Amino acid sequence: MGNPKGFIEIDRKVGGYRPVNERIFDYGEVEQTLNESDRKDQASRCMDCGIPFCHSSCPVESNIPEWQDAVYRGKWEEAYDLLSATNSFPEFTGRVCPAPCEKSCVLAIHEEAVTIRENECSIVEKAFDMGHVVEQIPSRRTGKKIAIIGSGPAGLSTADLLNKAGHSVTVFEQDDKVGGLLRYGIPDFKLNKTVIDRRINLFEKEGITFKVNTKVGVDLPANKLLKDFDAVCLACGAMEPRDLPAEGRNLKGIYFAMEFLRQQNKVISGQQIPETERLLARDKRVLVIGGGDTGSDCVGTSIRQKASFVTQIEILDKPPVKRSEDNPWPYWPNTLRTSSSHLEGCERRWNLATKRFVGTNGILTGVEVVQVEWIRENGRMIMKEIPGTIELIEADLVLLSMGFLSPSHKGLLDDLGVEYDERGNVRSIENATNLDKIFVGGDATRGASLVVWAIRSGRDAAKRIHKYVMDK
Amino acid sequence: MESNSFPKAQGLYDPNNEHDACGIGFVAHIKGQKSHDIIQRGLTVLLNMDHRGATSSDNKTGDGAGILMQLPHDFFLSLKIAVPESGKYGTGLVFLPQNEEEAAYCVEVLNRYVESEGLQLISWRDVPVDNSVIGEIAKRSEPIIRQIFVKGNYEQDILERKLYLARKQAERIIRESQLSEKEVFYLPSFSSKVLIYKGMFTPGQLRDYFKDLTNPAMTSAIALVHSRFSTNTFPTWSLAQPFRIIAHNGEINTIKGNRQWMHARESLLQSDLFGDDLEKLYPIIEPGKSDSASFDNTLEFLHMTGRSMPHSLCMLIPESFNEKNPIPESLKAFYEYHSTLMEPWDGPASMVFSDGRYIGGTLDRSGLRPSRYVITKNDMIVMGSEVGVQVFPASEIKEKGRLRPGKLLLVDTHLGIIIPDKEVKAELSRKNPYVNWLKENRLELEAIKVKQDVPSNMGDQFGPYSKVFGYSKEEMMLIIKEMSETAQEPTSSMGNDTPLAVFSEKPKRFFSYFRQLFAQVTNPPIDPIREGLVMSLTNYIGSLSSNILDETPNHCKLIKFDSPIITNTDLGKIKDLKHETFTHATIPMLFPVKEGVEGFKKAFKTMLESAEKAVDEHKNFIILTDRNVSEDMVPIPSLLSVAAVHHHLIKNKKRMQVGIIVESAEPREIMHFALLLGYGASVVNPYLAFAAIDYLVTEGEIKVPYYEARKNYIKAIDKGLLKILSKMGISTLRSYHGSQLFEAVGVSDDLIDNYFKGTPSRIGGVGYEEIFREAMMFHDEAFKNPEKKVSFSTVGEYHYRNNGEFHAWNPQSVALLQWATKSDDYQVYKKFSKLVDEQNAQPAFIRGALKWKNNPIPIEEVEPAQAIMKRFVTGAMSYGSISKEAHEAIAVAMNTIGGRSNTGEGGEDAGRFGTDRNSKIKQIASGRFGVTNNYLINAQELQIKIAQGAKPGEGGQLPGFKVNKIIAKLRHSTPGITLISPPPHHDIYSIEDLAQLIFDLKNVNPDAKVSVKLVAESGVGTIAAGVAKGFSDIIIISGCEGGTGASPASSIKHAGLPAEFGIAETQQTLVMNNLRGRVKLQVDGQLKTGRDVVIMGMLGAEEFGFATGALISLGCIMMRKCHLNTCPAGVATQNKTLRKRFLGRSQNVINYFTFIAEEIREYMAEIGVRNFDDLVGRVDLLEQNPAVTNWKMKNVDLSKFLNLPEEARLNPIRNTHPNTKNLDDVIDKTLIRDANKAIKGGEKVWLAYKIHNAMRTVGAMLSGQISKRYGEEGLPKDTINCTFSGTAGQSFGAFLVKGVNFRLEGDANDYLGKGLSGGKIIVVPPNGSTFAPDKNIIVGNTTLYGATSGDVYIQGVAGERFCVRNSGAKAVVEGSGDHCCEYMTGGRTVVLGATGRNFAAGMSGGIAYVLDENGDFEYYCNKGLVELGPVEDKADISELQDMIGKHLLYTQSPLAGKVLTNWEEYLPKFVKVIPLEYKKVLNEQKLKEVKRKLEMAEDVPDRRE
Repeated sequence: MGNPKGFIEIDRKVGGYRPVNERIFDYGEVEQTLNESDRKDQASRCMDCGIPFCHSSCPVESNIPEWQDAVYRGKWEEAYDLLSATNSFPEFTGRVCPAPCEKSCVLAIHEEAVTIRENECSIVEKAFDMGHVVEQIPSRRTGKKIAIIGSGPAGLSTADLLNKAGHSVTVFEQDDKVGGLLRYGIPDFKLNKTVIDRRINLFEKEGITFKVNTKVGVDLPANKLLKDFDAVCLACGAMEPRDLPAEGRNLKGIYFAMEFLRQQNKVISGQQIPETERLLARDKRVLVIGGGDTGSDCVGTSIRQKASFVTQIEILDKPPVKRSEDNPWPYWPNTLRTSSSHLEGCERRWNLATKRFVGTNGILTGVEVVQVEWIRENGRMIMKEIPGTIELIEADLVLLSMGFLSPSHKGLLDDLGVEYDERGNVRSIENATNLDKIFVGGDATRGASLVVWAIRSGRDAAKRIHKYVMDK
Repeated sequence: MESNSFPKAQGLYDPNNEHDACGIGFVAHIKGQKSHDIIQRGLTVLLNMDHRGATSSDNKTGDGAGILMQLPHDFFLSLKIAVPESGKYGTGLVFLPQNEEEAAYCVEVLNRYVESEGLQLISWRDVPVDNSVIGEIAKRSEPIIRQIFVKGNYEQDILERKLYLARKQAERIIRESQLSEKEVFYLPSFSSKVLIYKGMFTPGQLRDYFKDLTNPAMTSAIALVHSRFSTNTFPTWSLAQPFRIIAHNGEINTIKGNRQWMHARESLLQSDLFGDDLEKLYPIIEPGKSDSASFDNTLEFLHMTGRSMPHSLCMLIPESFNEKNPIPESLKAFYEYHSTLMEPWDGPASMVFSDGRYIGGTLDRSGLRPSRYVITKNDMIVMGSEVGVQVFPASEIKEKGRLRPGKLLLVDTHLGIIIPDKEVKAELSRKNPYVNWLKENRLELEAIKVKQDVPSNMGDQFGPYSKVFGYSKEEMMLIIKEMSETAQEPTSSMGNDTPLAVFSEKPKRFFSYFRQLFAQVTNPPIDPIREGLVMSLTNYIGSLSSNILDETPNHCKLIKFDSPIITNTDLGKIKDLKHETFTHATIPMLFPVKEGVEGFKKAFKTMLESAEKAVDEHKNFIILTDRNVSEDMVPIPSLLSVAAVHHHLIKNKKRMQVGIIVESAEPREIMHFALLLGYGASVVNPYLAFAAIDYLVTEGEIKVPYYEARKNYIKAIDKGLLKILSKMGISTLRSYHGSQLFEAVGVSDDLIDNYFKGTPSRIGGVGYEEIFREAMMFHDEAFKNPEKKVSFSTVGEYHYRNNGEFHAWNPQSVALLQWATKSDDYQVYKKFSKLVDEQNAQPAFIRGALKWKNNPIPIEEVEPAQAIMKRFVTGAMSYGSISKEAHEAIAVAMNTIGGRSNTGEGGEDAGRFGTDRNSKIKQIASGRFGVTNNYLINAQELQIKIAQGAKPGEGGQLPGFKVNKIIAKLRHSTPGITLISPPPHHDIYSIEDLAQLIFDLKNVNPDAKVSVKLVAESGVGTIAAGVAKGFSDIIIISGCEGGTGASPASSIKHAGLPAEFGIAETQQTLVMNNLRGRVKLQVDGQLKTGRDVVIMGMLGAEEFGFATGALISLGCIMMRKCHLNTCPAGVATQNKTLRKRFLGRSQNVINYFTFIAEEIREYMAEIGVRNFDDLVGRVDLLEQNPAVTNWKMKNVDLSKFLNLPEEARLNPIRNTHPNTKNLDDVIDKTLIRDANKAIKGGEKVWLAYKIHNAMRTVGAMLSGQISKRYGEEGLPKDTINCTFSGTAGQSFGAFLVKGVNFRLEGDANDYLGKGLSGGKIIVVPPNGSTFAPDKNIIVGNTTLYGATSGDVYIQGVAGERFCVRNSGAKAVVEGSGDHCCEYMTGGRTVVLGATGRNFAAGMSGGIAYVLDENGDFEYYCNKGLVELGPVEDKADISELQDMIGKHLLYTQSPLAGKVLTNWEEYLPKFVKVIPLEYKKVLNEQKLKEVKRKLEMAEDVPDRRE
């Protein structure tokens, strides 16, 4: 398979980003693409390993060597078939996945991993361009009805598989548009929303019913749902954000990241936001608390909104640039990750804990932080403040992006009476909850995680539900 | 008294696996002059081959010896026995039970049948014996020996038949009786013509035991003798040879099939000579005897029923008669005709035979056993496995010769003549008009007209069919595509780390429950490519009747196939044959979905009944088909169907009447076809494989047109089949057909007993239910969720996939091991070992299904890790297969921890000797690359690699592009030249040959241990017993999972057995034989953790080999790309850029082994043993873990692994003492003493000695001493000059180093100049000899095997394989046998006379010059790799002239003189043989040289400023 010497003859080459001073003036996707011949060359670097670590570390177990080979041979349709066999949305993961596959690529040992994610994205875009992606309407219908609550990657993934298996699927979304965090969480400069629409259109043609603006449990009683459908899948995500209950938390100017990102996404999609409700970073000193992906999205969005200064702080140690000895290949590297947004101009600081929010007249002016260090005690990492290191970071806008706790219990989940696990996620065994007919997939049961894990979990839920309805 | 037979099968030991090998010979007076002298000479011949036999653990009991002579009539008269005139009475020794009652019963039975056959008993005589001379083991089973005399006034041949009838019937009655010692009863002979004395003796004991033999009144003109080297030491008096007609050196590989076919034939036999009496002779083959005995039974039967002895022999072991063999067409027709009657009894065979009048010998087609003869001027002929077994003054010798492959030597003592092979065969071929019979009756498939094409395309059916039959993406893309494009089997690398089929949760094709057997030690595998002239895939179907006792034109009314794989259209042709003699019945291999497993069983039964019915209705063939699979119909596995029909028909004696044709979608891999043919199919039509090719061509995946693709595919299958045949040492498909050379692993006893009878199967396994379930799983896949698109899924059989087949090396295990060894973190290692142990118990390996019992002690009491690490070795990975960095890192690691690393095949840089980078184990493999004297002396262990786990029974090939400068230097070859390792060691065709090589190595380096590496298969235990008796110190049992740099994918997957089988069987067999104390046992094969080691230790291993694990700790990530040289980890590559990527450190390996050792200590504390020694062989501490199971394992029983033989109470169960063969009396001790001044001070010495054939390996020890002092350099030219006179034993001048000259006046046996390392050897006929040296054989076979440098001049003819694998020596000889210059990679060979067939096969380097006086050399040359041309280049001419000049100087050869003095006349008659590759490289080198000179010229000083 492939060109056995490809990796020797051809260097890793990435599409790269558009220039900073161009891209920060719009919300278009920042990533560029290679031409077809370069792409084939990049695919030829895949060595068809005896143990494809990429494949094994991919949550959806993508048959990476096989589709790389197909690309190398110019068989784009075959590549798309292989790719979509384990993932309903390669166009999403091809853009936003942090690509555990590339971290464990055998060539990553020498830091020249195959450009797996970009290749994936090329395949799916090529497939759309060439018209290979057409609706596949199931040839027969089973007559089974399935409700899916939530239209994020997990819910959509479940919906797609069950629909293809011939069941009648209805997806309920509380928001005005389908897509969940894909749509309103991830900024457009990383994932253009037309990409979502394109897929949803296909799904609709294939027979999936979408009911937006429908909050189950409020707009639609849960009982009715259970009566009308043969099975229900909870795919409502884990949206409860982690708060920072420090002094001054009530000051104006402190928001959860999701509020901020969501609003910007809506604006881009053409919605009008009343000026009073508009959260804008323009000319503000922005402090993003939390060093993860969401935080980085806040950075990029703030920059595009013309913030005067953006700082991102993180309570943990600064990760090493290279893998540490106890974090070897092929495991996920806990190394410093620099996103396109970081490159657009922001200060990043580590080992800072927030002591309190400072403000005048109820309006935020800064955040008092203290330097901390992490010490191993009895096998656990303990945080210690370093005396005398308290400082004030001036800020007009604080965006809290310290992750998510769990799904929202209040409302539907509590009403249904599902059990929770110790972290507050919906407890499940092989995607089945403690209640008959009710299944769960994605962040709602796994806790907040990557899009690709949501897809995987959604697939698992679909298989489980299929078995359930077919056995009944 | 112990019973006179092998022990019953127990544990993993099976008596069916016993082997033997031998020395054979005869002495005869050509004119039939009887004398006592002949008998004495016969006995002396035996004595002089003492070293070819073996002794048991008591060091006194021989494996068996015997003598056949003409009936000594005068002797009987001298005993006052009332015998009538000679020819009117018969006699023979009778072995009787010690129990008097039982003995009396036997006597009574024999008397009864003598009488019933119309003979009269004359008397019984007590045979005088002296049992004080024999060993304890022999004594324990010694029979009472009496002699019976009977008379009958008949014509002698009739009398013989009556004696035969009486003997056969008495044998059967006793065999079927309830006697407790019935196995003892045996008649060595019962004849009016010959008399045989034999028993469990060493050659010397025979004479002393039977007092008769020294009685001067005993006379004969014939003495045929045999001494046996058996793998076992069990008491088996009756298996000593000669048998009634023959003595055999070798073994019949196809014996299982031959026996079954003979059994099947019995129902059809009719004999004019015997009439209704024929049935009294059944079974023709005595059950429970050796392969040679079965052969003898059959030969005797054919002879007694009317065929002459040469005729019968030519039927059973025909010479090869394809187009590469220069024999007359009429003889070819004779062979072809007989090939329709009888499949060859295939395997290495040197046979001597006699019926009292004729005496002779023959060699099988491959001619692998040496057989030399001398004829004296006073009409004596002496033939033996060696020359020199009888010493005659030079002036008395008339002729010296050797038996040639496929040829007969026949002496008629009545007429007093030697009948040449040509005459015997000419007479045979004139017996009947065979040419016409064939022409008029035998149809060739090719010649049958096509009535309609049957398309390969299956349309819509292809999708569901491919699912029902489980075609995976790997099979499509890696196997079918590759074969269709390249006509080659795909290559792969690293080992097989997937579970046995029965351990896998996944459904498997029934084929995957079987493993190929292969030849090791007791017989050599064949090289099917380079020695293709003996191979054949021809087969026939459609036999009408098969009374093989008759010869009629009807016998060959058959269809002949050149390949067993037929196309759809070919099958259509057969179906369309309206010719009434070729009718068929089509029987479906299908069962209905709806009736479940009962329906499956019912359909199965119907299938068998239909087959029987087809025979009853006189159909010629049965077509078993699985076309018509549908949503409602499921296929029965084709292998199960074929085997069941085959065995069902055999059982009902209806098998010979029909041929079985398989029309199946299932077979696509080579292994599948081999199985179908091995279990009885004659031809196979793989219609779905063809449809798959069609599909791939249509899809554009296969880049060649369909017809070409299909042709390639069939060709690849054919080649693969030849390889599988040749792995077993079998040459023809006809004898492979039905020979069942497989072991079943994971098939229920019920199925085996009924349909695979005779197939070893030792753990039970799947039965009807499980097979039904598997079939349904595949069927559901096809029809439950039908897909519109045809698609194939990757099942992870070769490369890991998350939801595919389990691989022991998987992302998790590799990652953890690398982490642990890199960071030196034992806790991480424990995570690794926990994971591996748990995965093993899924189950994946047998070890995972076993557990031990605990009885804890404090860990402080357990021996330290350092002591345990001494038991660790790394696998034989050559520098060449892995990079320098990896190779040296491993050596350093092993030297640091006190273990041993293995240099692998391919030499080692002398710069590493004496440093911490020196590999303690130096391997000696079949290619002998880099095996110089100096290499051997720098080892602590010398390992003879007989087989390799990943590809047992196969050779190897290092493609030229991988042979860079350094590798070429180490291997003593030329960069860029392909290096071929032959499948066998050409100095090991049998167990006594191995003993000889061990002896050679111990002579070179007496301080090193010698180890022999075997691969697990059923029967490896008995082979190991033979190896132990050959004085090996260590025996390595490799599992089939072992890694490899490159092997055919099917070999990695389908040959050999897991290590557990091998080690347990070997342990049990050695303990039973009381040989275990003499050897260390080592095991390897997917060992990873401390638990693996402890379990293997309990099963019997003392040392443990790791290869893949060590590589992984150095950064290997199981790319399985070793064969492509593209290893991205820099481990298995020679590419400079890639080698830079190597991140391994020897410390990683040290960490790994330290972890394992520490873990072992923890387990030892749990178990309660302080020293590892106390754990070895303790199967009593093990038990099968019932928790380890899956849906297929209901009937899996591992108790055979846990069998502790009763003998373990008395015999050691681990190595307790060294296995020393005394080297004190070798002549080299004298040489070293006499050459002391030369060795120490470089002073020149001249020495002279007498020599005889028992003096072997002369010069090796002397040379070893020189290497020790002077390294590779040796001594200055001509320092030590020795002259020997007489007949040299084997390996004369082996590993002789520079500065040592040996001159031999006389002749030499095999292996002259083996591994020559710079020395000079001259062989000339003795003074006074009158025979023409250029017509007579003076040195044996396999001369200069693996020679790296030196000179050899031989005034005379050499045997087969002169200069085989020569890589640097220069040699001149005056004629050669077959396969001269085979696999040569360097050096020069001059042949001043005729050569045998297959000259230059596999020759990739060096040059040969052949004097082609007859102008027919081209025919004898294998032009695969070489080019023939005149000698015209100036440099060539002077080289040739120079070599002949030296030949003249050293040998005074008149031939050389004639050639030189008539140079202008002779030069044009010389042919230069040069390998194409070599020529290219030489030219490149020349070009480079020219270029360099040009550059020098241009590089003028004034421009250099």
